[in-house]
Amino acid sequence: MIPEIGQFALVLALCLALVQATLPLLGAALGRTEWMALARPAAAGQFVFVTIAFGILEYAFLTDDFSVEFVAQHSNSALPAFYKFTAAWGGHEGSMLFWITVLAIWTMAVAAFSRSQPEEFVSRVLGVLGIVSAGIVAFALLTSNPFLRLLPAVADGNDLNPLLQDPGMIIHPPMLYLGYVGMSVPFAFAVAALLTGRLDKNWAKWTRPWTVAAWVMLTCGITLGSWWSYYELGWGGWWFWDPVENSSFMPWLMATALLHSLAVTERRGIFKSWTVLLAIGAFSLSLLGTFLTRSGVLISVHAFAADPTRGLFILGILALFSGGALLLYAFRAGRLEAEGGFKLMSRESFLMANNILLVIATASVLWGTLGPLIITALGLGTISVGVPWFNMMFLLSTLPLVALLGVGMHTAWKQMLAAPLLRRLRWPAAIAVVAGVAAPVLVYGATSVLTIVAVAAGVWVCASALLDPVRKLVLRTGAPLTRGHLGMCLAHFGVGIFILGATMASGYNLEKDVSAKPGDTIQAGGYEFLFRGVHRVEGPNFVADEGEFELRRGGKLITMLAPQKRVYRVQQNPMTEAAIDTKPTRDVFLALGEPLGNDAWSLRIQVKPMISFLWFGAGFMALGGILAITDRRYRQLRQQQTVRAQVVGAA
Amino acid sequence: MKPRQQRMVLIAGVLIGVVVAVGFGFRAFQENLSYFFSPSDVAAGKAPAGRSFRLGGMVVNDSVQREPGSLTIDFTVTDFANTVPVRYTGVLPDLFKEGKGVVVRGQTGADGRFVAQEVIAKHDENYMPPEVKGAIEKARPVENQ
Repeated sequence: MIPEIGQFALVLALCLALVQATLPLLGAALGRTEWMALARPAAAGQFVFVTIAFGILEYAFLTDDFSVEFVAQHSNSALPAFYKFTAAWGGHEGSMLFWITVLAIWTMAVAAFSRSQPEEFVSRVLGVLGIVSAGIVAFALLTSNPFLRLLPAVADGNDLNPLLQDPGMIIHPPMLYLGYVGMSVPFAFAVAALLTGRLDKNWAKWTRPWTVAAWVMLTCGITLGSWWSYYELGWGGWWFWDPVENSSFMPWLMATALLHSLAVTERRGIFKSWTVLLAIGAFSLSLLGTFLTRSGVLISVHAFAADPTRGLFILGILALFSGGALLLYAFRAGRLEAEGGFKLMSRESFLMANNILLVIATASVLWGTLGPLIITALGLGTISVGVPWFNMMFLLSTLPLVALLGVGMHTAWKQMLAAPLLRRLRWPAAIAVVAGVAAPVLVYGATSVLTIVAVAAGVWVCASALLDPVRKLVLRTGAPLTRGHLGMCLAHFGVGIFILGATMASGYNLEKDVSAKPGDTIQAGGYEFLFRGVHRVEGPNFVADEGEFELRRGGKLITMLAPQKRVYRVQQNPMTEAAIDTKPTRDVFLALGEPLGNDAWSLRIQVKPMISFLWFGAGFMALGGILAITDRRYRQLRQQQTVRAQVVGAA
Repeated sequence: MKPRQQRMVLIAGVLIGVVVAVGFGFRAFQENLSYFFSPSDVAAGKAPAGRSFRLGGMVVNDSVQREPGSLTIDFTVTDFANTVPVRYTGVLPDLFKEGKGVVVRGQTGADGRFVAQEVIAKHDENYMPPEVKGAIEKARPVENQ
């Protein structure tokens, strides 16, 4: 009975979404306040019913209700409780319900924090979000209902894919979805602005924190996914240019461009139609990502189900939303007038370069992802694109990007002379050149030109980002630092740290497959691995062969490493659990392969210098974003709105 | 320069940059493509010599051979019409098994043996790479109808 209530709640949510998608928009167009006033209650009601539906699915998982097909396929009575909880988004149907839940959360947040905005505008934003929600809820109900019954019920479930039985899976999908789906908010703002035909600095000021919030979550989500694939997929890579990774990375790139374009629109009232286009693009790429991962055109750990009707449905939604928004853009973009101009040497120019390079990067990733699919679909052979191509294309656009980043940060709006700019940047530039050559060559040994250039670029970005905070906080000169400015510096510092991590971890990665017997000592990268043996251990729902290794350096014991080869009881899949010893300067990674006969085992050893810089860099980017959202000018917006609310309340 | 001219310079520079990047991109794309061939394609001589490609099919039962204690493994890949012997040195992915689908990337060696640089891991044991499924269906169309 209870699962049926969940389904019923979802149907009610669809009804409310349809109300939210129609009446407020009509009301805004016809000037009928009573229709516009429906937007917030409809959004709130939808949120309640979607939450009930999601709560009931979780309840079915936690109570092992194997009469629900989705639960039977993705859970098992022996599964630890918190994996039962996360299993709710570990399959296609549940993850779509989760998508809907996240959209309801964002819609609720927009409804709650928009009291300072004109009623007409808010109605349009919520109306657009209602259209998105109605489309996705209809998709879930018609093609991917998580509450379908399996009668008669099975005695026990099929268990969760062992790869997803990992703490990283608790937080990675929610963050990713919050980011992905959060792109619907700037999209709705953009479409609402097109409908109104008015887009001013206030609009940009309003859209910006929402975009940053979604971007922060997307950043965290992607990073967690990368971290998960690094330690859980077992073989030590952190980015594979896998189509599924790409489909979360493309919206990120586009959102990053959008953030920067919004900065220009907020400060100068220009780049308006471009900003709108980027907002539409970022959300379209999110939907494309949903299509790629949910339609079965791609096969990976994320692609749960191959069902052509689902693919067509999402493709239809994508065509409707993006096509509709672009059509509207074609008619209305002409009305968005620039409020000023700028000189070649100005921050606007650098931000324009940022946008162009980021769009080129997105376009190359898009082509690398879709190109092979198109060529295969046309019957021109089954092909795939190599990782080297992605790496090269990405570097081609991002190296100039980071080189310009360091300059752009210190360039004034409108116009700046070259001389003061050069004077200001001489120290970061000098540090970058010295460190770029010295660090790789002296500390890690001679290497390729690319490594030197990339290290210099990373140091350049870090030094340039620290310039303003150091001047203000240490030398006590210069303009006061706002949180927005500090956030920008911190995020860019994160970019620099990330570049250093990526460069060092791939440039000086040591990887070695070896065969070893108990008692052997293996030398690799200045470390000794003493193999003491393999014994059997039992987990809650798996058995494992656990290797016992001493990690030593110069004869001195650093730590014990215990990599496992697990076999999960229900699905009988073997799984590698690598052992990783993490220090800020390097990770030592050891994975147990398979028995080779004569007591020998295959082992994969990797020493990756500075790989933690990757995660820290991304963390700084996210922190910078959070700092920027808490800037005073956004708080002032909120204070204005409370004052207004009090006035309304008093009256 | 007047602002208008400045803008023209900026736009021209950007356009040239984009055109060059796109040109390089497509060229490199073609060079980096890796084609997929089935054992029947290889038997028919369709696979390029001296160039890396992907080969897919089923791992023939009882074909896996290994010198005890060695990292090198020999096995045979089939689409049920033709077979190709494969050699690989290194750690195998978790889901490599006899009687299951596999995709390997590498080159055909001088002795006709396929030398794999990579055995591509898959996430689900019941999953059959679509290329492999297609290749097997193509090789025995009658039985599948």
